[in-house]
Amino acid sequence: MPIEIKMPALSPTMEEGTLAKWLVKEGDTVSSGDIMAEIETDKATMEFEAVDEGMIVSISVPEGTEGVKVGTVIAVLAGEGEDASAKPAAKASAAKPAAATAPVAVAAAAPAAAPVVAPVAKGDRVIASPLAKRIAEQKGVDLKAVKGSGPGGRIVKADVEAAQPGAAPAAAPAGPVAAAQVPDFGIPYEAEKLNNVRKTIARRLTEAKQTIPHIYLTVDVRLDALLKLRGEINKALEHDGVKLSVNDLLIKALAKALIRVPKCNVSFAGNELRKYSRADISVAVAAPSGLITPIITDAAAKGVAQISTEMKALADKAREGNLMPHEYQGGTASLSNLGMFGIKQFDAVINPPQAMIMAVGAGEQRPYVVDGALSVASVMSATGSFDHRAIDGADGAQLMQAFKDLIENPLGLVA
Amino acid sequence: MADQYDVIVLGSGPGGYVAAIRCAQLGLKTAIVERENLGGICLNWGCIPTKALLRSAEVLHNMKHAAAYGLAADNIRADLDAVVKRSRGVAKQLNQGVTHLMKKNKIAVHMGTGVLKGAGKLEVTGEKGSETLSAKHIIVATGARARDLPFAPADGKRVWTYRHAMVPQELPSKLLVIGSGAIGIEFASFYNDMGSEVTVVEMMDRIVPVEDADVSAFLEKALVKQGMTILTGAGVEKIEVGPAGVKAAIKGKDGKVVSGDFSHVIVAVGIVPNTENIGLEALGIKAERGIIAIDDYGRTNVPGVWAIGDVTPGPWLAHKASHEGVIAAESIARELGNKEVHPHAMDRRNIPGCTYCHPQVASVGLTEAKAREAGYTVKAGTFPFIGNGKAIALGEPEGFVKTVFDAKTGELLGAHMVGAEVTELIQGYVVGKTLETTEAELMATVFPHPTLSEMMHESVLAAYGRALHI
Repeated sequence: MPIEIKMPALSPTMEEGTLAKWLVKEGDTVSSGDIMAEIETDKATMEFEAVDEGMIVSISVPEGTEGVKVGTVIAVLAGEGEDASAKPAAKASAAKPAAATAPVAVAAAAPAAAPVVAPVAKGDRVIASPLAKRIAEQKGVDLKAVKGSGPGGRIVKADVEAAQPGAAPAAAPAGPVAAAQVPDFGIPYEAEKLNNVRKTIARRLTEAKQTIPHIYLTVDVRLDALLKLRGEINKALEHDGVKLSVNDLLIKALAKALIRVPKCNVSFAGNELRKYSRADISVAVAAPSGLITPIITDAAAKGVAQISTEMKALADKAREGNLMPHEYQGGTASLSNLGMFGIKQFDAVINPPQAMIMAVGAGEQRPYVVDGALSVASVMSATGSFDHRAIDGADGAQLMQAFKDLIENPLGLVA
Repeated sequence: MADQYDVIVLGSGPGGYVAAIRCAQLGLKTAIVERENLGGICLNWGCIPTKALLRSAEVLHNMKHAAAYGLAADNIRADLDAVVKRSRGVAKQLNQGVTHLMKKNKIAVHMGTGVLKGAGKLEVTGEKGSETLSAKHIIVATGARARDLPFAPADGKRVWTYRHAMVPQELPSKLLVIGSGAIGIEFASFYNDMGSEVTVVEMMDRIVPVEDADVSAFLEKALVKQGMTILTGAGVEKIEVGPAGVKAAIKGKDGKVVSGDFSHVIVAVGIVPNTENIGLEALGIKAERGIIAIDDYGRTNVPGVWAIGDVTPGPWLAHKASHEGVIAAESIARELGNKEVHPHAMDRRNIPGCTYCHPQVASVGLTEAKAREAGYTVKAGTFPFIGNGKAIALGEPEGFVKTVFDAKTGELLGAHMVGAEVTELIQGYVVGKTLETTEAELMATVFPHPTLSEMMHESVLAAYGRALHI
């Protein structure tokens, strides 16, 4: 029986995506595991794999099509010996596709992947009025972060409106990108269409800067002890193929600092403050399609060698555009490091709904006063950006102090 | 000394008696004080007995139009005494119903006039003398009465308020109705159907001025067609009451004053809250022109004193009073330590209004003009009764259903109806509004066929240019 292949939901929140590329054409025979297409979501490009065997009877959505709704039939597959012209039976289309085709990347992450509706993990259902849902969509408000005041905690219009009191309607999803009017001065240029990653970056960073009152706190941190420790660990673990980077240690330091100063490990969620009991660190990685932030979950509890191994794998995937949604969605704070470019110090934009991001510059030899005498030390500047709605200056300062302390006394990172 | 009661409710109208029942349900020791009839104006002298009168008028109207349905009826006439008697019987039945409800819920009923005497103290003076009751909380629910015209106080003979109009001894031959709100228009409609020659004078530029302008225009046309005279933008300047009737000086739209002779006058120019002489001033309770200021849960500025219904800001409707009663009762229970109850704030945008003239009028939310005034970009849709199979089968092809949406969010802002049975239809939209519906859910709802309710669907479709049967 012919099988309808539908646009898959590659993440819990995915509602539509771009069919970036077809790797098969009508008449091709595919077998289970063959990659049929590349699908681009707002965060990543994913490969879409065949689960069943058969011949591609028709492709109904051409490649390059943007905004393909989840559940839309994109192709039809006929089993061996079947009449290729046969129309897929309605019954099959309703029951089968979920089992018939599933993107390999998602198979493990979303067990209940029902392609017709964006699947939501059990217990994750957002209870909201129809109007609240629509306004949230228009304003770009994440309903999961909104507390409902209606009967039984139902989210109603007033809750969504209060979620972002200062937010101009222009901050709606299409807002900052579509609204940017650039006059043409006759300077020769080439127009490059924005990919979804770029659009998401534009939207989220605009939202962050417009809605989050940022406060910036900078400290200078001596690195000598950390560099020495790193050398020793790398030497000791050489045979295990472990090679720690400074960044791996900074991930650990930030995570531990957040556990020490829990007031900074939070999200500002309209009516409430979410205080996280675990520090998941989003690490900024420059990928060809744009910035992405894979996550080291529970980094404070992980050994530095494990963090290093995980980070390498995630960074590789990020650069290839192969990150799975759960690998880049979430995180309780972020780390951004531009030291490798010789940047001395910078202020990063908070990655909502997180409430802090640590921006670290280059470690460099600087004149440094130790015990009243001028000497030379390896020093880097680190600047924390904090959501001032959620975090007071003194609390942010405590976090910076803890971060500095952990790096300057790095045995705490491996203990 | 411990308080006798947790709650005393002063006034037993639809606000007061419902508040008392809810208090009792929540385990509060409750008393209710009433100076006249349990059930208040609503079911003794308001909503219910007028509906009984209007039902008689409707049956009479249908009998007169029997031929249109292929039926014959001769010698049709109305027996005014019997019509009034039926209306009083209905009121009495419901009054007894309230008595039973008080008993069932073990609510202490104190008949007499109540006056607040300091925090938690209420003096009740009845036939058997005075007593002072004490309670942790007192709910003021004393309602309202008809506003008099200064130059024409109601005498019950020639100049009537609603109360006199409800128990007429004789049918007015030529009736002047001053004011075209719900009360004025209902009596105008009743007496017109019963055979009086009716003139309605309205100061505003249209009748039922709180309704959508389209509804006002439609209703005026329908009533004029039924033989009524309607003067809008007009005011009654003077009334002279003589033995044989009333001479009224009416200033018309054009500024000219004309004199008219009428047998009776009904004054329906609004209401006055019953907030005098009940001890509010001495307690320092904030009020403006007699209307008590409250928060969204019925709290006055004085702790332990609550107010609901017609003594608080409008709309002055029985169902609004009852709802406020429930909210106040639950809020009191919560203040007294019951954390299981979750009172919700009163949302005035979702209070429907119904007028039982012929044709009926019903509405909820913003009119199209009000929505535009409030800054919404509006999508409005209208569907006429003539396009509905059931309406035609009923022989009621006149009227329409109008819906008003926020073009941006799809929020249902208001619904406005005029025509047969619309007072029973409006609730569909009220539920939708309370659940915060958008046009999408209304479009996705299956409406039964053949019913008048299909017009509710079509009206929504029409707002989005998708009506099917027009």
